[in-house]
Parts: sequence; C-alpha cells; structure tokens
Amino acid sequence: MLRGRLGNMCRHVDPAIACAFGCIVVVLLIGSLYSTNFLSPEYLLQQLKVASFLGVIATGMMIVILLGQIDLSVPWVVAVGGMMATAATGWGPVGEVLAIPVGIGCGIALGLVSGVGVAFLRIPSMVVTLAVNAVAQGLMVVHTGGFSPQDSSSLAMRFIATGHTLLGIPNALLVWVAIGAAAVFLLTRTTFGRTVYAIGNRERAAYLSGARTRTVVMAAFAISGGLSAFGGVLLAGYASKAAQAMGDPYLLPAIAAVVLGGTSILGGRGNYLGTVAGVILITLLQSILSVMQMEEFGRHITYGVVIVAMLLIYGRGRRHSD
Amino acid sequence: MSGDWSYGLREHKGTLLAFAAFVMMFTIYATNHPAGLNANVATTAANKGVLLAIVAMAQTLVVLTSGIDLSVGMVMVLANCLASWTVVGSPLMTTLGVLEVLLAGSVCGAINGLIVIYGRLQPIVTTIATGSVFYGVALALRRVPGGDVNASLADALTGQLPGGVPASLALLLALVAIVWLPYRRSAIGRAAYAVGSSEVAAYMSGVPIRRAKFVAYTLSGLLASVAGLFLTFITYTGEASAANGSTYTLYSIAAVVLGGVSLFGGSGSAIGAIFGALMFRTIGDLLFVFNVEPLWQPLFQGVVLVAAVCMGSVRLLRIRNRLDLYG
Repeated sequence: MLRGRLGNMCRHVDPAIACAFGCIVVVLLIGSLYSTNFLSPEYLLQQLKVASFLGVIATGMMIVILLGQIDLSVPWVVAVGGMMATAATGWGPVGEVLAIPVGIGCGIALGLVSGVGVAFLRIPSMVVTLAVNAVAQGLMVVHTGGFSPQDSSSLAMRFIATGHTLLGIPNALLVWVAIGAAAVFLLTRTTFGRTVYAIGNRERAAYLSGARTRTVVMAAFAISGGLSAFGGVLLAGYASKAAQAMGDPYLLPAIAAVVLGGTSILGGRGNYLGTVAGVILITLLQSILSVMQMEEFGRHITYGVVIVAMLLIYGRGRRHSD
Repeated sequence: MSGDWSYGLREHKGTLLAFAAFVMMFTIYATNHPAGLNANVATTAANKGVLLAIVAMAQTLVVLTSGIDLSVGMVMVLANCLASWTVVGSPLMTTLGVLEVLLAGSVCGAINGLIVIYGRLQPIVTTIATGSVFYGVALALRRVPGGDVNASLADALTGQLPGGVPASLALLLALVAIVWLPYRRSAIGRAAYAVGSSEVAAYMSGVPIRRAKFVAYTLSGLLASVAGLFLTFITYTGEASAANGSTYTLYSIAAVVLGGVSLFGGSGSAIGAIFGALMFRTIGDLLFVFNVEPLWQPLFQGVVLVAAVCMGSVRLLRIRNRLDLYG
C-alpha cells in the first residue's frame, strides 16, 4: 500500500524539477567545499531574499511562457515599476501610501498594451513586447529628464524589501511565497489557469472549445507586466532608490529560471515548483560564482555553459521520427 | 505570365514596402537637412545604417529557418574586441587578422547551430545562454576599452569612394552579392526557406534540414563578425559593452520585422531586412533634423516601432474565417 503510494508519487514528480533540485544540492555542495558558510542558515536566508526579486518577475514570465509566448519587455517594465513608485513617493503623504500601487499599476498598463497586441492584433509577442520595452524606455527618459522626479523609495517599499517580520524571515521572501501561492492557485484551480495551459498546447483547440482565449492572453500579459513592475518596486526598496538600467540584469535570468524549471518554452507544459527551483538555482549559481571571486568574464562564461549543459540533460525537444 | 507577375509581387511585397518606406523617409530627411545632402552627411548616415543592416542580415538568415538568434549582438561585440587586437600592422598581418575575426564569428554561429540541431534545444534559449558565453569571451579579450585597428583600412571602408559615394554602401552591396544572392539561389538556401515554412513537411520531402540550419547559423555568425569588424573600423577601439550587444540584438529584430521578414520563418529576404535597418536608423536621424529635443527621441522611436509593428495586423481585416487566426 505504502509502496504503491510512493511509486505513484515518484511517477508524479517531473524529472526536470527533480533534476533542478538535484542541481541546487550539487551547487550547494560544491560551494560548501569552498567555504562552510554556504550551508549556514543566514547565508541561505540571504540568498532566498535575493532570489525573491527574481522569483516575482519569473512568476509573470512563467505564465506568459505557458501560453507559448514570451515577454521581452521585462527590463524597462521593471524600471518603470521602480521609478514610478519612487516618483509617487515624492507627491507627499498621499503619494507615500500610493507608491506601491502606482508602480504596479503602470506595469499592468504596459502589460495590457502588449496583451492587446498579442491577443487582438495577433502580432508575435516577441515583437510587441520589444516595442513596448522601447516605449517604456522612452517614457522613462522623458519622465526623468523632463520632470526630475524623486528617486528614493518610500518607507513601505523599504519595509517589504529589506525588513524582517516573524522569526527573522525576510519580508521579500514572504512576498514571494504569497505571490507564488497565488500563482499556483491561479494556474491549477481556476478556469483561467486551465485555459492558459490549453492555449499553450493548442490555441485553435482552446478557442473551439469555447475558452475566451483572447481575454486570457491579454490578462496573462497584464499579470506579467504587473509582476515585473512589482519586482521593480521591491528592487527599488532594496537599493533604496530607482535607476534607469535596474531591470536589465533580470530578463535573461527570468527566462532561464523558467526554462530550467522544466517549463516548455513552446508552452502548455510546466509546474510552478520547477520555476521556484530554477530561480533558486540561478541565484545560487550567481552568488557562488561571485563569492569564489571569479572574474566577471569567467562568471558570464560559466553561467552560459551551465545553462546549456543543464538544458542538454533534460530540456531537449523531440526528434522528427518520434 | 501575369500570374507569375502577381506571384512575384506578392512574394516580394515586404521587401518592396520596406524599400518604399525607406526611400520616403530618406527623402524627407535629405530635403530637410540643414546642410543639404552632401557627401559627408551621406557617409555618416550610411556608416551607421550599414552597421545595423549587416546585423539585420545576420538575424534574417536564422529567422528564415523559423529560429531566432539573440546572440548576434554579442558575436558582434566579440568580433569587435578580437579585431582590436588582430587587425593591426602590415597588410599581411591585417589580412590574417580579418580572417581570424571572420573565423571566430563563424565558429560562434556554428556552435549555436550545433546546439540547436543536435542538442534539440529551442533557438531562443540556446542563443541567450551562448550570448552570455560570447560576451564573457569578449570581456576576457578586452577588460577595459582600448586597442587599435589598421587606420588605412578603416578609413578606406568608412570613407568615400571617388565620386562621393560612401564606401560602406559598396561593402554592403558586396556582402549582398557575395553572401546573400548565391545563398538565396543555392539548394541549401531554398532548403532553409522550406525548413522555415514547415519543418515537418521539409523533413518528409527529404530536405537536408540539419545542413540547412547549420549553414544558416554559421553564415549568421560570419555576418555578425563582419558587423563587429565594421564597428571597429568606425570606433577605432574594442569595447566589451553588454549594452551595445543587447541593443544591436533588439534593433536587428526590429529591422527584420520592419523589413517584412516573417518571424515565423519561411518568408522574406535579407534585402528587405537591410531596408528595414536603414529605415530604423533614418527614423532616429529624422528627429535630429526636425530639432526634436533629444529627450523625446527614444520615446518617438518606440512609438514608431509600435506603429510599424501594428501595420502588420492589417491582414486581419482580410480574414474571413476566425479560425484562420489560430494557426
């Protein structure tokens, strides 16, 4: 009985996710050979806190990738989120309260534009989100150059990004847990989530079975925009100020984290647990490479090689003859 | 016979539209330029345009096979850093140096191709990862910007031919004549189009899929390294700039789309992408001519990009059956 159950569980575990978690253990072991600090709870909590920023952004990216689309507007939507939230802080006491919603709201608005382009105008997402990225950059250049807004973050932003509430758990991690739980609920327990998977598998079939495909696609991009901007709000709180290029280092790691977590880049297949593993893996990898004081060029090379190697192990497509 | 005509017209519609839009924009630019269209203005404009046009050609080759190369910009940066070491000294050494750079670019492209073909990974993820590796190599070559390049060769290629024609345009024409036209007419080029329109159908008909993809990726790397060389000739230095790399990658995709190449593969031409690139550059220059504050330039460029991209959805008006939307 017990054995049957265990076997059942083993069969349910996606090999990609198991492999990603295995890689995390390997990375930690290699790190601990270098210094025992890598296994200390403080270090691990610190890493989870840093991972939360990427985790929030990767959550939105995952929903879009599940549709079989991609969101290349992450860099400047993150910057918009951070910069608009800090700008709102400068409006006085009311602004201070509105800072976080304003930042996220701007991200949702940009995501909606991409969503309309993909869902109703049927433009490839790679192009629309690229164009929206360019527009967001233009808006921010005009905004900072023309109005010289405040760039330091509000107390609330700092609190959710750097504070600790219970048992020394960083607030940023709690935020990620909350967003992750919401994403799991959305993807597995709601019509919206089912439709996302259905569209990723075959959009035509989803449409014919009466799913409101266009609304769902549009909403998915809005969610992705909102979460990217929220990531920007958190980052601005963490660094206590917003800057123009703050989102640049998050696009590729977000895509890599989702894909390393076993989500198919063609859409329709993937599990949020995998994305969690991917995010932690990428964060640990970056951290250990920098702690080992590897030079920057070595870090870039190792990073790329490790991603290709891991994908070659478990992310391969099918042969024609299959 | 008229059937052939209309087929040809439809086949090259994207290229022709891009050409027409470019000519229109360039005319506005040239007639409104404060100094008028003299040889110097044309040369500066041409150098910037040709650089992006070469990267766009590189991107086109991969996009035609329904892939995407997000590492073109990084290959360009890598070639730039390598060229700032090797393309110096006597004519013989310079020639060897140029060959070395071209070889390095082709190897980068070939690596992408091999991973995509034999590793069966998606091109978008593969090239993101390899782009990081190429950038790392570039950084190893040039930790701080610097280096030098054979000045007489650089001046010859970025200057003017007798008669005031920008030499860079001649270089671009030569690339089209030496690389693109023979490729387009060869069996392997047609195979690339076939793979792009339907890989399964191409496989069933015995098209050499692997060879077609491999050649496309390798040639793309080669062209990206030509762009890197040209960048070195313009700037006289090598710089491992991540911003440069990602900007050119993104602009190359924009140029490809403006040039009427389908991102789904199988339709379009590198010549269209060249006009797309030149058009994209002219948009930026137009703002300068009309004295728009530089602050507004990125926003304007973004809005134009959105507008251009939305034009592609005019085809939706002609769709009779809604199911055709969902391929």
